[in-house]
This record gives sequence, C-alpha cells and structure tokens, in this order.
Amino acid sequence: MHFLQLAACNLQLSTMIEIKNVSKSFGDIQILKGVSAVMETGKTNLIIGISGSGKTVLQKCMVGLFEVDEGEILFDGNNLPAMPEEERKQLRQQIGMLFQGSALFDSMTVERNVKFPLDMFTKWDHKKKIDRVNEVLERVNLKDTNKKFPAEVSGGMKKRVGIARAIVLNPKYLFCDEPNSGLDPQTSMVIDLLIKEITKEYNMTTVINSHDMNSVMEIGQTILYLYQGEKEWVGNNKEIIFSKNQKLNEFIFASEFLRDAKDMRMLEEKGIIDNDRNMEEVMKDPETHLLMGDNEKRESHPDRDDEK
Amino acid sequence: MKFFKLFGEYILLIKGMFTKPENFKMYWKELMHQCVEIGIGALGIVAIISVFMGAVSAVQTGYQLISPLVPKTTISQVVRDTVILEFAPTLVCIVLAGVIGSKIAGELGNMRVSEQIDALEIMGINTKSYLVMPKILAALITIPLLVIISMVLGIWGARFASSMSNIVSTDIFDKGLLENFIPKNVTFALAKSYTFAFIISSIPAFYGYNVKGGALEIGRASTTAVITSCILILFADYILAAILL
Repeated sequence: MHFLQLAACNLQLSTMIEIKNVSKSFGDIQILKGVSAVMETGKTNLIIGISGSGKTVLQKCMVGLFEVDEGEILFDGNNLPAMPEEERKQLRQQIGMLFQGSALFDSMTVERNVKFPLDMFTKWDHKKKIDRVNEVLERVNLKDTNKKFPAEVSGGMKKRVGIARAIVLNPKYLFCDEPNSGLDPQTSMVIDLLIKEITKEYNMTTVINSHDMNSVMEIGQTILYLYQGEKEWVGNNKEIIFSKNQKLNEFIFASEFLRDAKDMRMLEEKGIIDNDRNMEEVMKDPETHLLMGDNEKRESHPDRDDEK
Repeated sequence: MKFFKLFGEYILLIKGMFTKPENFKMYWKELMHQCVEIGIGALGIVAIISVFMGAVSAVQTGYQLISPLVPKTTISQVVRDTVILEFAPTLVCIVLAGVIGSKIAGELGNMRVSEQIDALEIMGINTKSYLVMPKILAALITIPLLVIISMVLGIWGARFASSMSNIVSTDIFDKGLLENFIPKNVTFALAKSYTFAFIISSIPAFYGYNVKGGALEIGRASTTAVITSCILILFADYILAAILL
C-alpha cells in the first residue's frame, strides 16, 4: 500500500497540471464541453484549434480568470476552482503569463514593468531587484531597453518583455496566449524557441495557446486539439503529421502548400523519396499514389497549375 | 432590473476592495500617485472656476441688491454663503466629475481592454484593492481640500471683482464677510464634498473596471460614468440639504 502511494505521488509530481472534465458556458452557449488533459512539466504544451474553439476560455479557466461550471483544474494535485481566495493568490504567484497583446503597463518603462512583480512580492533591496531584472532581460535577449516605454519598442520586443516579466519570479507554470500573434515568421520562431528553451531551463509547465502552424511543428511537445469546445486529439508534433483525424487534418493542413509538404514528409519517412531517385521515378512508384491517396479526394482548386 | 444588477455589481466592487494589501509600500506609493494625479491635476481648473464663479456672483448680487434699504455688507454675506454652501462643493464637484471621472474611467477601461488588469490578477494582486481603492482614498483626501481652496479663491474673486467694479469697497466687503457667519455651513460643505468625492471616484471606477470591448466602449463608459456621477451629485446635494440644513 505504501509503495502504491509513493508511486501515485511520483506520478502526480510528473503531471503538473491536470484538467478533468472542464465545462464552461456563457449564458446559453457552452464553450467547453468536458475537456480533460494533462500538461507535463518541462515541456511546451500547446492548445490548438480554430478561432472560437475554446482555447482562450480553457486557458483563462486554467489560470482562474474564469470560473469553471464543472470539472477540476489540478496544480500539483490542488484543485484551483475549489481553493480559498488566499490559497489561490499564493498559487498565482507561481504562475507567469504572457498575454496576446503583451499587457505591459503603458506608463512604466521596460525595467519597471519587469521589476513590478519583484516590488510587489519580494523584500529585496533595489540593487538585487535591478540585477534580477537585467538577468531576465538578458535571458530574453533584450539589452539597452531598460529605460524605454512599451510604446517605444517593437511587437517582438514587447513579447520578450512580457516573457521577462512572466519569468522574473521563477514561476512553476507559464501560460502564453497566442505568443506569435502579429509577429513576422522569423520573430515568431525566435519567440517560440525562447519559450521552449526557458521552459526546459526553468523546468516549468508551459501551456501555449496557438494556431500558428510553425509553432505547432517546432515546439509542440504535447498538443491538445480542441474542436467546438471538445478534446478532439492529443499527441505531439511528430505524431500530428501522420494523424488520421480528419478534423485535425482539415485544421493543420488547411493550405495546399502544407498538404503537399505533408505528402513529401510521408514519402520521405517511407523511404520513397531519397537522393538517388528523381521526382519522375517517385511519381511513377505505385506506393506514392497509395500514400497520397488522400490527395485524389481533394477538391480541385482553380489556382493549381497542375489542374489547369 | 438592470439597475439592481448594476447596483449589486457596484456593491461587490466596493466590498472587494477591503482585503489585506499584498505589499503596503506599493499601495502607499499608488495612493500618493493618485493624490498627485487627482489633487494637483485638477488644481488649475478648480482655481480658475472658483475665481470667476466668485467674481460673477459678486457682480450679479450687487446688480440685484440696489435698494438703499439693504446694507452693502449684505452683498459679501450673500456671496460668502452661496460660495460656501453651493458653488464650491457642488459646482466644483460637478466639474471634477468630468475631469477626474473621465480620467479614472478611461484609465481603468484601457487597462481592462489591454488585459493589464488580467495581468495583475494573474500575479496574485487584488486589482479592486490595488487599482480602485487608492483612487477613492485619494479623492476623499484631495477633493475636500480642493473644495476649501475653491471657497477661499471664490470669496477672493468676489472681493476683487467687487472692488474693481466699484460695487463695494474691500473694507465693507471684509466687514460683511464676518457678519452673521455660521461655522456649521463649512461643516455642511465639507460633508457634501466627502460624499461627492466618493461618488466622483467610485462611479467612474466601476464603469471603467467593468468595460467590455474596445476603444469605443471605453469612451462610452467614460461618458456614462460622468453623466451618472453628475446626476448622483445633484441627487445627493438635495438629500444632504434636506437632512443637514
């Protein structure tokens, strides 16, 4: 019995955030319908889905900004919705969050924005606080921006300031709501990789809301796909390419380009494409047509060159 | 029905402010910041309004009291009582409802829309307590002071205008100021200014804190906050006059 309890305890330690049967409605409209998932420590856990699928509502329920109608949200086994206010405040001090619009305080400089949680929750002296601020700003590759106001820095820099502010208190959990929205692909990649590195470095449980396909493929160590408020698919970035889930495929491979890329990747995986064969040979291979069977079912598109 | 819903939410906002501060020093800093924003920020407009308000009331009272049977000192008595009882607390607070009210509603509304309030909540900060309470306390501290300044400047403006327009000399004006003075009037004016200060700060804070939407809604919330504050000030003015005078 004792051994079993220990085993259960260990299991709980490795699953930092667990959501069980979470439901949430606004008036008559049910947004979340009994969603359950596990967000693992030291990994970037992505919640994906089309706009209006309930990603943001789920994340806001997870951090306690929305009260759930039903279900449990367990942080290390402690149920957030059932927590008294004081305990909830304590837990929130272990949570960092990067908002879609960065949510930086406009009237404060970058330095004061990042220092704010330290001012509020620590009794450190000024020098120690400034050292910590400089340390995290350096970690997110921001230098010489301390005295600038949020309005004076670029979108990507704002996101990095947001990350710095989120991690300044060494949180156990990091939530990111659409970290790439409004950023160019290159900057998006930088932000994604930064979040992934920081997650590993600080051993945090990171939960990211995204519908950016680059993020999904690059940093999706655990992916939860929501469809109309329900859990539709769970996996990782390796599995998502070969998933047979039709709703997921319609979402992920929405463009012709991505569908082609997926086919190429599958052909590579099966060894049909290699350096010794040219494309003509590949296309003649019956295995190619078997694997790309889905392609034949695609609706023809007037803009496709090969269909003209 | 909507009124009761709004009133209930307003009471919950006020109730939610009373929690233990996460860091007293930060709350104190915010209170001082708000005192400067509300008090110093509105000082200029209060001074201008008060001087002209006093001057106009002196000229108009002098124009109406032309009977040789009415002593000249009556002019300064009427001006003094009008300024202390009504003009300084009510008129100035209606102007402040526009100046401070729109500022509070706009600031909180912008913070709500740009998720800054959510960011503070996530950090574990009671935003009702950290953002709303310092504003109400700062208004309760500074607005009565502004009203006192307004009384002094209003009477000074009346004295200056009376002398400039040859309505009464400064000696007679000063003599009249000291005649039949009722100290209770000042207490009454201060009671009004505390009540109005609470209205001016809490109503816009409520509308700003609960904004949903974007820039358009922030503007709408500011307008609603100012209109509601003005109506409540006039209503409270009547109630207080009926009870206290």
